[in-house]
Amino acid sequence: MNFRELTNTEAMVEALKEEMTRDPSIFIIGEDLVAHGGIFGQFIGLPEAFPGRVIDTPISETCIVGAGLGAALTGMRPFVDLHFADFTTCAMDEIVNQVAKIRYMFGGQAKIPIVIWAPDGAGLSAAAHHSQSLEAWFIHTPGLKVVSPCFPYDVKGLIKTSIRSDDPIIFFMHKKIFSRKGPVPEEEYVIPLGKADIKHPGTDVTIITYSIMVLHALEVAKEMEKEGIRVEVLDLRTLWPMDWEKIAESVTKTHRVIIAHEACLTCGFGAEISARIQEELFDELDAPIFRVGAYRVPIPFSPPLERFVIPGKESLKKTLYNLFGKEIDSK
Amino acid sequence: MTELIDQTLYLKMYEQMLTIRSFEEKAIELFEHNLIRGNIHPCIGQEAVSVGVCSALRKEDYMLNTHRGHGNCIAKGADLKRMMAELLGRSTGYCKGKGGSMHIADFEGGNLGANGIVGGGLPIAVGAGISIQNRGTDQVVACFFGDGAVNQGTFHESLNLAAIWKLPVIFICENNQYALSTPIREAISISKISDRALAYGIPGVTLDGNDVRAVYTQMKGAVERARSGKGPTLLDCLTYRFYGHFTGDPGRGMTYRSKEEMEEWWGRCPIKRFRESLFREGILSEGKEKEIQIRVKTSIEEAVRFALESPFPDPEEAIQDLFY
Amino acid sequence: MKGEGFMEEDTKTWLELYRLMVKIRRFETLTGELFASGKIPGFIHLSIGQEASSVGVCSVLRKDDYITTTHRGHGHVIAKGGDVKRMFAELMGRETGYCKGKGGSMHIADFSIGILGANGVVAGGFPIIVGAGLSIKLRGTDQVAVCFFGDGASNRGPFHEALNMASIWKLPIVFVCENNQFASTTSVHYSTSVKSIAIRGEAYGIPGRSVDGNNVLDVREAALEAVERARKGEGPTLLENRTYRLRGHFEGDPQRYRTKEEVEKFSEKDPIRQFQTFLKNQKILDEKIDQEIWNEIDQELQEAIRFAEESPFPQPQEALKDLYVEEGESLIERRLV
Repeated sequence: MNFRELTNTEAMVEALKEEMTRDPSIFIIGEDLVAHGGIFGQFIGLPEAFPGRVIDTPISETCIVGAGLGAALTGMRPFVDLHFADFTTCAMDEIVNQVAKIRYMFGGQAKIPIVIWAPDGAGLSAAAHHSQSLEAWFIHTPGLKVVSPCFPYDVKGLIKTSIRSDDPIIFFMHKKIFSRKGPVPEEEYVIPLGKADIKHPGTDVTIITYSIMVLHALEVAKEMEKEGIRVEVLDLRTLWPMDWEKIAESVTKTHRVIIAHEACLTCGFGAEISARIQEELFDELDAPIFRVGAYRVPIPFSPPLERFVIPGKESLKKTLYNLFGKEIDSK
Repeated sequence: MTELIDQTLYLKMYEQMLTIRSFEEKAIELFEHNLIRGNIHPCIGQEAVSVGVCSALRKEDYMLNTHRGHGNCIAKGADLKRMMAELLGRSTGYCKGKGGSMHIADFEGGNLGANGIVGGGLPIAVGAGISIQNRGTDQVVACFFGDGAVNQGTFHESLNLAAIWKLPVIFICENNQYALSTPIREAISISKISDRALAYGIPGVTLDGNDVRAVYTQMKGAVERARSGKGPTLLDCLTYRFYGHFTGDPGRGMTYRSKEEMEEWWGRCPIKRFRESLFREGILSEGKEKEIQIRVKTSIEEAVRFALESPFPDPEEAIQDLFY
Repeated sequence: MKGEGFMEEDTKTWLELYRLMVKIRRFETLTGELFASGKIPGFIHLSIGQEASSVGVCSVLRKDDYITTTHRGHGHVIAKGGDVKRMFAELMGRETGYCKGKGGSMHIADFSIGILGANGVVAGGFPIIVGAGLSIKLRGTDQVAVCFFGDGASNRGPFHEALNMASIWKLPIVFVCENNQFASTTSVHYSTSVKSIAIRGEAYGIPGRSVDGNNVLDVREAALEAVERARKGEGPTLLENRTYRLRGHFEGDPQRYRTKEEVEKFSEKDPIRQFQTFLKNQKILDEKIDQEIWNEIDQELQEAIRFAEESPFPQPQEALKDLYVEEGESLIERRLV
């Protein structure tokens, strides 16, 4: 395969371009898509390449999602951009009561091939209404599938699969790493839903994680090698359906688990994974399962406050030290 | 006697408009030097709406604000030092550094806060109106929002409720013609936002939002209506933002706006127009203008100095102020 | 002769309209009885008194036109051509129901005849119909999409967002408000800041028309005009069918928010009786034909009820199916017990 370096944004644009060329029923809808190609450049070139298929809307989240839903019910494949994950709240009824439930409550008559995409995450001093990580709400909602990749290779492969899927998918990408580069093949490929990926093999502890925390975990893994601890970093990529097989395989190998996400710790996805591991793999564990997540407060604006609230490399490292009963480095 | 009061008021309004513009320009400068993090949404060009509206309010009247709200805060009487400190994320800021530019509140001054969600302030304004009615005071609520918000469901629900209960709320649309990159003419199929008022049986007016006296007059009328229990009004103030949507807007908003349009609106700059009329009427003189300029400059410099010298909040403060 | 031919067309159509209205009335009445005798679980919301609205509008739609309906939607489903056997079965929670028992009264759908489903959320149909209208436009067909909603829904946010979006993109949608004067217990006069919901069309630059929703021919005429406008690409219309809900909001509703006298007064404007009188005056209907119609319909409905009662309940494990198109072990939550 021929690899070249693309950013997360470029990988997304390429995926959308390929899919929209292949399937005329795909269209993109949301706010401010045309003038700048999306506020993070995630649709650059697409309005020109596919006239009439990238649709700007007024600020009407309920109807933006609804427009996608109604179109999906009547033969099209919409890609809905909600601007920021925080604005899913403005369309909660649509997503939770309609998109998630229509197939089931109508007894399987309908399929809803919709992708609802939004940038999420903190670290840019964007304050309370533009920094949230809300994936747990949607994992908790039966009827939805949830995806959150962070490497360009994964972004491209999963965007393609998500568009081709006949089920509704909530697709998050961390806003801080849109311009992070990574190798992406020139050749056609897709990544199936529900498959996690070992980003760094190890034998002493597994960090189960996703989105920006994967990058922090990889840094930590590198540093811990020098101290003789081999960290396995498991990037879930798809949150629901969860790749239980991969998780079980890794836990059986390392016997120690940390689950890390930028979302708030309480009732975060880590709580679910942790409960299941201890239920089914209790005998494999040599230590309790630790979780890393944000403090349970809205994301504050000022940088020192924000840094305190959201987890990063330091919180991961501290947790690792705790797990191995080591002295905590005061730095 | 009336003339003198007017003169004093107009000079105050002029000074406030200058203060807002200088504050925003300074904030942009600080942002470009990385002293303000995140992003800011400057309201340069919209000063007449902020000042015209807030000049008709009392301190105890309430205000709901938007992400583009620095001007409204200042016009409602905010302390520049505490505003600047908030923008710089210091513990002496209005929100102790927790809110930032888009979330400044000053409850003592009736400022119930700015929202990062478009249309987020409208339902809250309804609640404040209900509270006023329940308590039986004659306060009013000024609810600011942009042209983008008029297509939000919250607009509809809020205006309907305010209308059926005759709440003392004045809905002020700062219609700067663009919701980020979406022009208003592509987002609605009627010609004037004020036409939406008839869907709620309330009065609606479209006016020149860059004429501070016109804004003030209309707002005074709407405030009297509200105070006397006659219910809400919708004011559609036509204005323009001379900057981009936010400080990261590529080309300062020129990727979706034309040079001709920008130039046309520069010609209608609210500060320039007001200044010219004040000079014409002999209310402003070179000397007085100089005084005002010096005062404004000093107050902004003081605010910046105060902010820069203020400490950052202690990280542990991040988990305080959640619950009562 | 042209005149006579025209009359025949009308006669046939009118009798069809009447038949459909009677079918809805009898379906709803029997449903009420079945519910009272414990054969239908949950809640039902009958549309008795509103038949002219459903029938008048749906009679000008094609099979491939779309509708979204509400919790009070049995009438819309029948008027659009729904199968009463599958409807009764769904109400009774049987596996032969439209939704295999998963939806119930408030969630009946039949995608084969354009019924995109009934919603339990008030104003839930608006965003979906915007999507259907957008889809029609993007696919370039001449289908039309109709959104039924009540007076209560007209004050909700999605109403606003949908009418605005439909207007700026000139979507082929007809918004039909069935103003039956009450949103559950709340009267429309209390909750709505305009005298007539049709006025709100002006806030979106679209035509708004208010008609006597109990006169099926008036409803039909207004609907036809709106549907033709939409089909020609001229954009959406807001219709208001002024009607009255003769039963409670739900079966079991103590109805303390209105007087018996008021209900009786409005019963006199019963849409079926009105049309029956009209048809009799036109000499299209007489006692004999009328009786035949009611008997035939009752027979059909009784057969449908029998079908439903004889249908099995779904197997319990069926509850875990029909969530996703691509199902699989990993998608089912594990339960150790």
